[in-house]
Amino acid sequence: MVSVNADGNSKALIQVRGLNKTYRRGGEPIQVLQGLNLDVDQGDFVAFMGPSGSGKTTLLNLLGGLDVPTAGSVSVGGDEITHMSSGRLTEWRARHVGFVFQIYNLVPVLTASQNVELPLLLTRLSRSERKQHVESALAIVGLQGRAEHFPRQLSGGQEQRVAIARAIVSDPTFLLCDEPTGDLDRKSADEIMALVEELVSKHNKTVLMVTHDPLVAARAHTVLHLEKGALVEAGKSPHSAAAGGAA
Amino acid sequence: MKFWSLIWANLTRKKVRLLLTLGSFAVALFLFAFLAVVRDAFNRGGGVAAANRLVVINRVSIIQTIPLSYRDKIRNIPGVENVTHDNWFGAIYQDEKNFFPQFVIDPDSQRQVYSELVVPDDQWNNFLKDRTGAIAGASTVKRFGWKIGDRIPLKTTIYGGGAWEFNLDGVYHGTRPGDDETQLWFQWDYFEERVPDRFKGQVGWYTVKLNTPDDAVRVAKAIDADFANSPYETKTDTESAWAAGWVKQFGNIEFLILSIGSVVFFTLLLVTGNTMAISVRERTGELAILKAIGFKNGSVLFFVLAEALTIALIGGLVGLVLALLAVPLVGQAMSGMLPPMVLSKPMLAEAMGFALLVGACSGLLPGLGAMRLRVVDALRRI
Repeated sequence: MVSVNADGNSKALIQVRGLNKTYRRGGEPIQVLQGLNLDVDQGDFVAFMGPSGSGKTTLLNLLGGLDVPTAGSVSVGGDEITHMSSGRLTEWRARHVGFVFQIYNLVPVLTASQNVELPLLLTRLSRSERKQHVESALAIVGLQGRAEHFPRQLSGGQEQRVAIARAIVSDPTFLLCDEPTGDLDRKSADEIMALVEELVSKHNKTVLMVTHDPLVAARAHTVLHLEKGALVEAGKSPHSAAAGGAA
Repeated sequence: MKFWSLIWANLTRKKVRLLLTLGSFAVALFLFAFLAVVRDAFNRGGGVAAANRLVVINRVSIIQTIPLSYRDKIRNIPGVENVTHDNWFGAIYQDEKNFFPQFVIDPDSQRQVYSELVVPDDQWNNFLKDRTGAIAGASTVKRFGWKIGDRIPLKTTIYGGGAWEFNLDGVYHGTRPGDDETQLWFQWDYFEERVPDRFKGQVGWYTVKLNTPDDAVRVAKAIDADFANSPYETKTDTESAWAAGWVKQFGNIEFLILSIGSVVFFTLLLVTGNTMAISVRERTGELAILKAIGFKNGSVLFFVLAEALTIALIGGLVGLVLALLAVPLVGQAMSGMLPPMVLSKPMLAEAMGFALLVGACSGLLPGLGAMRLRVVDALRRI
């Protein structure tokens, strides 16, 4: 269940309280997020929409521990991440966050399986265990037969599938997707979104996604708009209505 | 190592650039090895000089002679175990290009004073019985394809001119790495018999073997004091100081070689540093992704340093293998002009140490830059 008017007693997986983020540009402070609150439960699929510069990516970066807020807090599974040191935050990201970006960001000199294996290199898994995990992740995204292909030998949709496999291979607590279909044609975008939906419905993954595309956003349980630095609920999508919807 | 595939893949992503960088290291290490070999060759005299030997020359210069009569006086100085004497012969074998040193020796004391240069007893005994006999170093024998029993004609330009013929009675070998095996020795009696009168009874220098190296200073002073104010005053030094004096005649070889070596490595550092900086800048986005998915700052620094060190290691090894193959060939071509050219294990280790140091330094700045990279800023730039 997603809430943007959360109180202090929530037991949600992700809890955001009074989140502020201010940038300085040319000496002028620019407040991107203002006192933002958010609760996201395990298995929720949330889409963030809003005009360019509204702070969608900034919010995603703060939720993923890639950036630190000016004020406020972000807790995930009881871990308050806003006060973690850089080193601890890096370890936390490795365990809890799967990232999917608009332009895939695969390492071009590594094969699909080597790209997917990257997060597992940070674990204590043996080589054969890592291989098993990689094969499973590639099977989930339907790319078993492309394991030894390099990114340049794959289509855009396939590259994004590899990026999703890389994001889920270490079984993170939640996935952050920044415009995951922004670089794809409609057909490929539909396939990617079907895959993301499957991750939520079949594998109970929690997904937070930024998108400009209303059709893509409509696939989420909840669509939230960022306006003037605060989140506004856009209404229940058909999926979220079926699943119980936002509070 | 589980990160190796990532390091190797990044290393080989631009193959031409990799080959050129490896080539830079290989050429630099090849040159470094050669410079080290030449420096060692010039310093070899000092290196193989015995601590318990003194060399006595004419105080005016090495080309001025001293009387044979000094031998017994020197021998009687307390602390002296033995004395031998030599003359520089400086003759030509067939062609001036075939240079090798020839010495007139005292057979009675040669083997006692230069015990590290070994001649088999049977060959030495034949030499003693043969007035026109000669002993040659293994390197010179190999160079000219001589064999025992060969007749060796030498044409002297110093001692009245004319051809001198010798029978090769034996071959000597050095027992230590770097011992000079290029000399040819023949007997004092034969020399004394054939040289013009003005050279008779005159030796080039004495080599004095001491009972103990601790006596070196005292005995050297005693020898020079004995012949002070005579027509042939002497200058006595330890063998290593004497060898160093020879090297100084060529100029400051050490400084020259160190200067060239420093320039080579500094240039290499600039070239590889620039290459690594470009390589890291090209994949800012990838490094940001690695950091986003949980690779720590130290890991990113490690990857960049590992790439730089791998280039240094492979390039360095290629250069040193080429040097190992080339040094003996050049040494052969330079035979007689320089002491034996040896590329020793310490030199190889020193060269590889320098290569790895340059590799580490060239990777350090780009690596630190990658380490400090803010993921959010880097992702915004993609």
